[in-house]
Amino acid sequence: MSDDILLKMRGVKIDGKTGDDWLPIIKGIDLDLRRGEVLGLIGESGAGKSTMGLAAMGYVRGGCRISGGSIEFDGMELTKAGEAKRRALRGKRIAYVAQSAAASFNPAHRLIDQYSEAPVQHSVMDKNAAQEDATDLYRRLQLPNPDEIGFRYPHQVSGGQLQRAMTAMAMSCRPDLIIFDEPTTALDVTTQIEVLAAIRNAVAQFGTAAIYITHDLAVVAQMADRIMVLRYGELVEEAPTRTMLSAPTQDYTKSLWAVRSFKATAKPKPAADAVPVVSLRNVDAAYGPVPVLHGVSFDIHKGRTVAVVGESGSGKSTAARVITGLLPPSSGEVLFNGQVLPPNFKRRSKDQLRQAQMIYQMADTALNPKQRIRDIIGRPVEFYLGLKGRARDERVRELLDLIEMEPDTFAHRYPGELSGGQKQRIGIARALAADPEFIICDEVTSALDQLVAEGILRLLDRLQGELDLAYMFITHDLATVRTIADEVVVMQHGKVVEQGPKVEMFTPPHHSYTDLLLSSVPEMDPDWLTNLLDERIREGKPLSTEDA
Amino acid sequence: MTDTTNEPTTIIHRSANAHEAQEIDDIVAMADPTAASADAAAPRVEQESRWKTLSRAFRTAPLTAWFGMITIAIYIIVALFAPLFAPFGEREIIGAQFEEPNATYMLGTDNLGRDMLSRLIYAARNTVGIALLTTFISFMLGGFLGMLAATFGGWVDQILSRIIDVLMSIPSLIFALLALTVANTWIGRMDNPSPWLYTAALIVIMAVLDSTRVFRLTRAVAMNIVVMDYVEAARLRGEGLWYIIRREILPNASAPLIAEFGLRFCFVFLTISALSFLGLGVQPPTADWGSMVRDNATLISFGVAVPLYPAGAIALLTVAVNFVVDWMLHRSSGLKD
Repeated sequence: MSDDILLKMRGVKIDGKTGDDWLPIIKGIDLDLRRGEVLGLIGESGAGKSTMGLAAMGYVRGGCRISGGSIEFDGMELTKAGEAKRRALRGKRIAYVAQSAAASFNPAHRLIDQYSEAPVQHSVMDKNAAQEDATDLYRRLQLPNPDEIGFRYPHQVSGGQLQRAMTAMAMSCRPDLIIFDEPTTALDVTTQIEVLAAIRNAVAQFGTAAIYITHDLAVVAQMADRIMVLRYGELVEEAPTRTMLSAPTQDYTKSLWAVRSFKATAKPKPAADAVPVVSLRNVDAAYGPVPVLHGVSFDIHKGRTVAVVGESGSGKSTAARVITGLLPPSSGEVLFNGQVLPPNFKRRSKDQLRQAQMIYQMADTALNPKQRIRDIIGRPVEFYLGLKGRARDERVRELLDLIEMEPDTFAHRYPGELSGGQKQRIGIARALAADPEFIICDEVTSALDQLVAEGILRLLDRLQGELDLAYMFITHDLATVRTIADEVVVMQHGKVVEQGPKVEMFTPPHHSYTDLLLSSVPEMDPDWLTNLLDERIREGKPLSTEDA
Repeated sequence: MTDTTNEPTTIIHRSANAHEAQEIDDIVAMADPTAASADAAAPRVEQESRWKTLSRAFRTAPLTAWFGMITIAIYIIVALFAPLFAPFGEREIIGAQFEEPNATYMLGTDNLGRDMLSRLIYAARNTVGIALLTTFISFMLGGFLGMLAATFGGWVDQILSRIIDVLMSIPSLIFALLALTVANTWIGRMDNPSPWLYTAALIVIMAVLDSTRVFRLTRAVAMNIVVMDYVEAARLRGEGLWYIIRREILPNASAPLIAEFGLRFCFVFLTISALSFLGLGVQPPTADWGSMVRDNATLISFGVAVPLYPAGAIALLTVAVNFVVDWMLHRSSGLKD
């Protein structure tokens, strides 16, 4: 039994440097991985998952150090091995697949040249053999045109294909261990399926051991044999996947499992003759000569949430840009409370601008890092409502209370001194400061951990009830849609393919695209992926829209 | 720190490093076990005041930076209180030509019999003052236009950038010589021109020529900021151009711009000295280090070190400013503040 243990980490401690101090990131974790086993590492951001994954290769990021414990890979102690020895292992016996394949590939070289780099460097095979091998692996990973795709440059293939090519590259030396660091997090649900399927097949075919790092429980349930839950650099719980899913023992794990239980309060249907707050009428829009939106029409009523869903590139964010006036439509119009809005935001009155606010996806870039919180929130208060001095400060305090943040603690801070969820709350407060009727939420929770995201959704729901706000909720995450939406608009290729109340949207019959979208959302059932793939093959449906 | 060869790359890598630092910061922040929930966890438990950060920066400043700061401080004090330090007047002829250094004239006298030390001290006022004013104007001009170009984009950017390209296509020293010759001729034709007019012409011409470089840098830096969501948010709020430049862009562009200010000051300072050496810069009898080198240049053939003193003053200040700028660049690349 002990012989087939490939990776054995004992009491691993890793510190990160802040200023002059070393602070612990990993506080003594044990990890065992058998040959051919897939281990899932889950936890929130900052839990130390990635650091742990990198440590399995005997590597730490700049500004970090391994301060204790042992990392034994196939009988070799990595913490004591020299850099040259460790480098000989990497790529050959341990490979790493990063979250963003687009950022990990060199854009100046063809895929196949990058594929053959590792085998040639480690003298596993010569270049020709490596290229033949690449084609073979591309075929196994179900990439379209496997004979030809390797000769493309990274920007010429889609995101999901690139992630599969990356996996193929990791397999090029037939390593004993592959570390997958959130390989599908940046992908759409429909694309995610094919990558998950490809990774699972490849790992099973070559009997490779893998560490699969993710924050998505449903994904890890499909991939891993065993799951480890990390928090604050410590191990919370460890168990085989099925046991872990059915009977988690720790409170923290249970809270992770329970996240998806939140449901926004249902709102009554608007009266048939009610004037919608925002209404799009046959909007066409284009970026230069490229048409993006085709005849898009939908209404958003007072106090209700309309979720706009679709893959990246489906035009959902463009629709938001048309409403805000950043992108004047080429034809069609936007109505606000029955009045036609000027197409360009520069021609809108201050009051029209005030009525429609926006919350951004990346709170990091949405808040000016050089302004204090009280100025970020105070400016719209001053600008729109004309409050100054004490009245302004008073209003800022009210708003901070409203978003459940302590005014005395946070008013004088800079955004850099807040956590991701707190920054997003400030983004919400800034939108509320204008006292709007309508708020566009552009993927507001997709950059956040599930627990934090749930807090934001609860907050938005409460605010909607108190302030009678209308939301346009742009998202690609159908779990979020289920949670918060009253009505759903499904978009594909710049067209609205289906729209209606949430209840109707989630009950069949669906438009074929809605069906694909809905069935692609991973479920907590460990057999979900297997069943889904079987079903799609049986019914002869495409695996995803991308390769079709 | 003293490695000046990697200056250009420092600016480029700045954002990457800052990001990495932030990432580690996040990890550490989240790893704090005292935090109740992930969302309530504030990255930094204790808040540091700006003053504290600043004083720590000074405490950890390397020796070279200290040397630079002290040298600059001495120059400033000497320039401000020149009449107190100088034993004789700036234009006072007090002895014979080219007297050897002795007890009365510590550095000897120059080609007209004026005290070398006194002129050296007064020149600190003139040369540094003019260079500072020139750099300041060039930053106002180039910085404002650069931000305008970045914020507006489109044809405003096109027109401004092409004008700057044209100005930059002519070697700046030759352009400066040409423009100064023309300006000086104009001023010479006036009835009873004030000697300050010559200095004003020098400052304006140098400032305009130098602002082309500032424009380029500001535009590039501002371009990266303009695409940020918070600038979009300000635009959608209906904010005016002036607010966006002043409150959203400028605070985020200040670190590279301040560092560049130091570097440009050195270049302007050297160019003015060079122009003075060529006879077109600061006009006599005003004391200036560049023209002092030229006036006394003949002494070099006699093996006397006197012309090297003003040259040394120029060199020392340049080195000192560069030390401080290096340190500031290093700080802005490593720390988030």
